Amino acid sequence: MKSLEVRLREIRDSGRKALVPYFMAGLSEDWTDHVAGAIHAGADAVEIGIPFSDPMMDGVVIQEAALRALGSGVTFDSACDDLARLATEVPLIAMTYFNIFHHYGIERSAGRLHSSGLSGVIVPDLSLEESPEWVASCDANDVATIFLVAPSSTPERLKLIAQSTQGFAYASARMAVTGSSSGDGEGARIVKAIREVSTVPTYIGIGITTPEQARAASGVSDGVIVGSALVQVLLDGGSASDVERFIGDFRRAID
Amino acid sequence: MSDSARYMAKPDERGRFGEFGGQFVPEALIPACQELEVAFVEAWADTEFVGEYRQVLHEFAGRPTPVTPLHRLSEHLGLSVFAKREDLAHTGSHKINNVIGQTLLTKRMGKHRVIAETGAGQHGVATATAAARLGLACTVYMGEVDTLRQSLNVFRMELLGATVVPVVSGSRTLKDAVNEAMREWVSCVSDTHYCLGSVMGPHPFPWMVREFQSIIGIEAAQQLRDLGVDPPDAVIACVGGGSNAAGVFAGFANTAARLIGVEAAGGSAVGTGSPGVLHGMRSLLIQDEFGQIEEAHSISAGLDYPGIGPEHAYLADAGRAEYHAIADHDVIEALRLLSELEGIIPALETAHAVAWMTKEAGQSLRSGSTVLLNLSGRGDKDVAQVRAILRGEQ
Ligand SMILES: Cc1ncc(COP(=O)(O)O)c(C=O)c1O
Repeated sequence: MKSLEVRLREIRDSGRKALVPYFMAGLSEDWTDHVAGAIHAGADAVEIGIPFSDPMMDGVVIQEAALRALGSGVTFDSACDDLARLATEVPLIAMTYFNIFHHYGIERSAGRLHSSGLSGVIVPDLSLEESPEWVASCDANDVATIFLVAPSSTPERLKLIAQSTQGFAYASARMAVTGSSSGDGEGARIVKAIREVSTVPTYIGIGITTPEQARAASGVSDGVIVGSALVQVLLDGGSASDVERFIGDFRRAID
Repeated sequence: MSDSARYMAKPDERGRFGEFGGQFVPEALIPACQELEVAFVEAWADTEFVGEYRQVLHEFAGRPTPVTPLHRLSEHLGLSVFAKREDLAHTGSHKINNVIGQTLLTKRMGKHRVIAETGAGQHGVATATAAARLGLACTVYMGEVDTLRQSLNVFRMELLGATVVPVVSGSRTLKDAVNEAMREWVSCVSDTHYCLGSVMGPHPFPWMVREFQSIIGIEAAQQLRDLGVDPPDAVIACVGGGSNAAGVFAGFANTAARLIGVEAAGGSAVGTGSPGVLHGMRSLLIQDEFGQIEEAHSISAGLDYPGIGPEHAYLADAGRAEYHAIADHDVIEALRLLSELEGIIPALETAHAVAWMTKEAGQSLRSGSTVLLNLSGRGDKDVAQVRAILRGEQ
């Protein structure tokens, strides 16, 4: 079992709901201060978006963040360099599209993630069927590959994904891209179904925009992922203390 | 059986042509892609479905399209050139072949709405047309930049009852329209089919679209045989995503004919691209040193795509087909040449194929060789742009 999953199981088994915010790498010069602020305010793990020119699974907020980051020259390497300096005990999870890793080299990417302190990765356009080579490289580097389950996943696929995902299972609450709609949708149903076939921690994401929604979703799962709502704060010029306040509100709601 | 019998057969069970293709889409769309594959395989083996597809193409879209010997151009170039006249198909290009197939399949799957991406608007107009004919709701995603460049096509789609959504993300052109259509598909996949416009995207699209376009090559091979040409020395088609080329190549892949795809120099995925993953497929893409996809730039919006269909990447890799690039400045001249010598104003996309043939006549196309030119579309949509260029306004 990957270090990430050991850690996330510990959190769950201690009775704590996990809070996982998402940041776009390099959105501003002080972006790692924002990550540190979130950790200080009680984030249990942090998702780090590596910008890609064609983010097929993302709505307007994260698209805008990716464009801005790309505009200021952010690369996979620069994001990794920044994160290596962050030096935190809280797990960091990369999230990007497969072409970034494909272009950088599969084995080289997995090694780079590990050496930069990233212990998990989400690649939304890498389907389970296309993933074996990638997963093998991550396996060799103690990097957990996290898969999503969608409301449209058939029972057979759900089972396959629940048994293949590492670290946690990402229950996508809605048939939507990030930030385009809100509410916990089918999260509860999906989590229940995953729990019937696997003991992996299960977090709900896609559509969690308010502390109230986070409270409801974490009540039926092991944690929540908050992306676009937080990125919007940063697009609007939010500071590290704004991030702390934002995360603090979510923390209190789910505890 | 010779090696060549393998060409343009089914992709493997992972949806791959050699190393290219596959199904790189979010989990939310995997069930829809799998459902589509099953539905297509069943429909394509069902003589009733195939019969209906052929009948609609015949009585609605004007198939079979003729093969026209281009006498004056042939004399001018020292070649023997035949044109497969997709410009005479309804809506003015080969795009109708694919959308008739996909919209019939949409109904068969019990879905009542289609969405589509479009660049110049040709595929959007064709989709809106087929949707109107079959009583399906239709929404077309089009980059905002393209809606301004091709405002008449926006109006055409609206006349046909479709809704056109300008896409304001990214570079606001074709690749972003594909992204947006994919995003939208995630939210409406239960009742909506994504009618992709070329031999690209996740499996089964590249294969399915090639099959629906293969009618071009099947017809042309027979028509040429009737004219005593079996096979021609070369088959030439322009390539954006590669659907008209795949369709015509399919009739000749297992003959001795040279297969030649002509890309726009500013969108030459085979010439300047490298392997990558975009829009659900592993193929050749134009990208920077970090794997960020670059914008294509061409005089013709229909070739403004930074990738190429995975089967073409495979055919290039295997050495079965060759791909060349033509720069914008040669395209207008080719368009004028065909117009003046043959009375056919080709689409700017098609003019790329004409331009390459003109350049290579007497060179790699030896004097006297027989050439099949796939005349993918008519130029009416482009005349305002061409006029502006000839007047020095652009
Ligand atoms: C007339 C014509 N030819 C060619 C193309 C390029 O598409 P493909 O390469 O899929 O045939 C287009 C696209 O809009 C077109 O309108």
